Amino acid sequence: MNDIPQVAEKYKGEIAEIVLGKGDYVAGGAKGMPFLSFENPSKRRPMIAGEVVDDLEGYPEMAARMFDGRQNDPVEWAVMWKELGMDAVCVRLLSTDPARRGASPEDAAETVRRIADRTGLPVIVCGCGDRAVDGRTMAAVSGAVKDSRLILAKAEEEDYKTVSAAAMANGHVVLGFSNLDINLAKQMNILLSDFGIDGDSIIMDPLMAPLGMGLDYSYSVNERIRLAALSGDGMLQQPMLCDTTSAWDVGDATSQDDPALGDPVHRATWWEVMSALAAMMSGADILVMRGPAAADMVKVYAAELTEAD
Amino acid sequence: MATAMEFFKLLPKTNCKDCGHPTCLAFAMQLANGKASLEDCPHISEESRKTLNESSAPPMRTVRIGTGDRAAVMGGETVLYRHERRFVNPTVYAVTVSDGLSDEEIVSRVGYAASLRFERVGTVFRLDCISVRNDSGDAERFSAAASMAAGSWDSPLILESESPSAMSAALDAVKGRRPLICGAYPGNMDRMMELAKEHGCPLALRGGTLEETASMAARAKAAGIEDMVLDTGAVTLKQCLERQTAARRAAVRKKFRALGYPLMNRVGSGEYAVALASVSTMKYGSLVIFDDLKPYEALPLFTLRNNIYTDPQVPIQVKQGVYPIGSPDSHSPIMFTTNFSLTYFTVRADIEKSKIPVWLQVVNTEGLSVLTAYAAGKFDPEHVAEAFRESGILDKSDSAVIVPGLVARMSGKLEEIIGRRAVVGTNESKNIPKHLREFMSG
Ligand code: B12
Ligand code: SF4
Repeated sequence: MNDIPQVAEKYKGEIAEIVLGKGDYVAGGAKGMPFLSFENPSKRRPMIAGEVVDDLEGYPEMAARMFDGRQNDPVEWAVMWKELGMDAVCVRLLSTDPARRGASPEDAAETVRRIADRTGLPVIVCGCGDRAVDGRTMAAVSGAVKDSRLILAKAEEEDYKTVSAAAMANGHVVLGFSNLDINLAKQMNILLSDFGIDGDSIIMDPLMAPLGMGLDYSYSVNERIRLAALSGDGMLQQPMLCDTTSAWDVGDATSQDDPALGDPVHRATWWEVMSALAAMMSGADILVMRGPAAADMVKVYAAELTEAD
Repeated sequence: MATAMEFFKLLPKTNCKDCGHPTCLAFAMQLANGKASLEDCPHISEESRKTLNESSAPPMRTVRIGTGDRAAVMGGETVLYRHERRFVNPTVYAVTVSDGLSDEEIVSRVGYAASLRFERVGTVFRLDCISVRNDSGDAERFSAAASMAAGSWDSPLILESESPSAMSAALDAVKGRRPLICGAYPGNMDRMMELAKEHGCPLALRGGTLEETASMAARAKAAGIEDMVLDTGAVTLKQCLERQTAARRAAVRKKFRALGYPLMNRVGSGEYAVALASVSTMKYGSLVIFDDLKPYEALPLFTLRNNIYTDPQVPIQVKQGVYPIGSPDSHSPIMFTTNFSLTYFTVRADIEKSKIPVWLQVVNTEGLSVLTAYAAGKFDPEHVAEAFRESGILDKSDSAVIVPGLVARMSGKLEEIIGRRAVVGTNESKNIPKHLREFMSG
């Protein structure tokens, strides 16, 4: 009567493994729901990427102060993430925005190359959001870094060909973005594979909404994606990347007006940590994080949950 | 819940129709869907009724601490994932009041617990329980502390002691409050069970492993205890996740009765405690007791609980209509927003901060945020104009209309339809006070 029934699920599918950087980092490979050793023997800790921006305008002061001035040089900033023990760097090339500095694709590519060289880590590369500019930037970045497998972000339903072509040209990985919806996520993977990209070169970004700003939706969308993948849907078996930096945009996370809410730096840190824990519990294989203290905590927790490292 | 076939096997199979259904099988199918009650078949044998009642009971018991409206309700869950069905009873949080504190310290500690309260998104996020803990080792002190804490706290109580005699004294001191008795471990279990029965209180059971916890629960059940909360003895994040997942799957998928009770954790305080609480909140924990919880930890944690326990199908909405803020007059600014409650309450709070009276028009977007609604075609100039017409807001004030900054693109068209000047407001509501002041002076 007291023998607890067997509760491990038997799944038909598993998550693809994506080799990154110089071949020494791998994302994905899960064979069960996150961190359940009794059904998921993969024991691979989710990767954590530290965010770097190459133009600080609009970047939150409170977060900037945590980097001791090193945020003023994107390469130094990336090296700091490496020193903190993170697994990857996510660089946003905001300087290429014509409404900002309008930096050239070549300059941006040079930044990425130096980050990859100095840190030796895999790099996730994001554009500035201007489609035409980003197309040129990704092409330049792809050609400038040939000895490290990058993740080029991001392919969207209305515009995925340029970035996909840029990635394919030099064997990089594409990040397929979709908007908080399992069907859209699947659709994106189908578009990319029809375009000729192999399953070992696609990572999906199903839009991780942060705590208090839609986390409820993301948590369930992620879970549904992961469950569908494990039960054999081949078009959802790509690793998931969840970006939790938007936790810093939530009013309650950083607000300084109301002392009853407690210290804002600790609060913002927890805001991002909980967003990241929710991402991991629902299936994230790669996290992009902003706060160094938050990233450090999450790395420790992730290692413990995985029992790896 | 049993399947239709399981029900069918135990019915008389005479198809006599006395239950109001054409056949026993049809009745069995209604039973399995929860649409009929066993009582409707007068011919079922006593033995079958017993078996069926057992298997048609919900997979997890609902357990209450305290009484009445403010009782903390735990358990009653029927699914593993929230997209299957909404999780019903949000994780209950408690902080500890030690009986090692002086009398004044106890009162101020309870005051602190009460201050962990935030009004958000139209609901109040608050701490649910205090847990009076017998650190002194003294029965009399424990009972005095319990009675003092109970006197300044009108919400549910937990009593924590391993000593049955101290527990008995404290239970006498807070009669009628129906506290959680916390708790029983293998060594004191028999006497704690007696106390739970004698006082009609729920009982927390703590085993060192999941197996031990389940066998304790089975033993308690056999002894006639119904209201239990189980601590699986997890002290790390991984144990918490794995044991609680195993317990929930066993209860829901395998109808394993001995684990069909709400789960709890005692987590201490500080960083690791909050991380454990977060994992427990997401993964099937119904009660978390902290030594201490800081406001900067409480607000994100309460928000997480709120997010996990909302209905994933239905965003929380407010009604379309005009909401006066302050006492607006015939020249006060008109602003509009969506009826997604998160959006409405955020905007409302920031308008209030400006201390400037405003007419706020809420437009029905079926509970979507500004950009989501815009992208879904539910927040276009036509919809907005229609809401204005319905409420007659433009007759209440001759002021210009302030458009949410994120949908600045609609302002031209909107002006055209309503024949009133439309001014583009800020993207983020936190900048509303500054913008409103400029708007009033400009
Ligand atoms: C959660 C979410 C969803 C949830 C819905 C949540 C909800 N109830 O609305 C779901 C999953 C259902 C969803 C669906 C879609 N979404 Co959506 N979603 C989000 C997400 C992550 C957060 C939205 C949110 O909750 N914001 C919080 C609220 C409080 O913000 P808000 O309403 O804008 O209010 C703020 C300001 O506007 C301002 N404000 C509000 N009112 C007023 C009034 C005045 C006068 C002023 C001055 C200011 C002001 O104050 C508030 C606080 O600052 C955003 C991305 C993001 N991070 O913002 C995407 C986002 C809004 N979604 C988007 C899209 C495209 C969609 C879909 C069309 C895609 C799809 N999956 O099919 C659907 C459409 C929905 C439908 N039914 O068809 C896009 C919109 C693109 C655009 N620029 O138009 C976004 C921006 C994501 C993106 N980057 O692509 N989404
Ligand atoms: S009353 Fe009972 S025996 Fe008669 S048809 Fe209904 S289920 Fe069958």
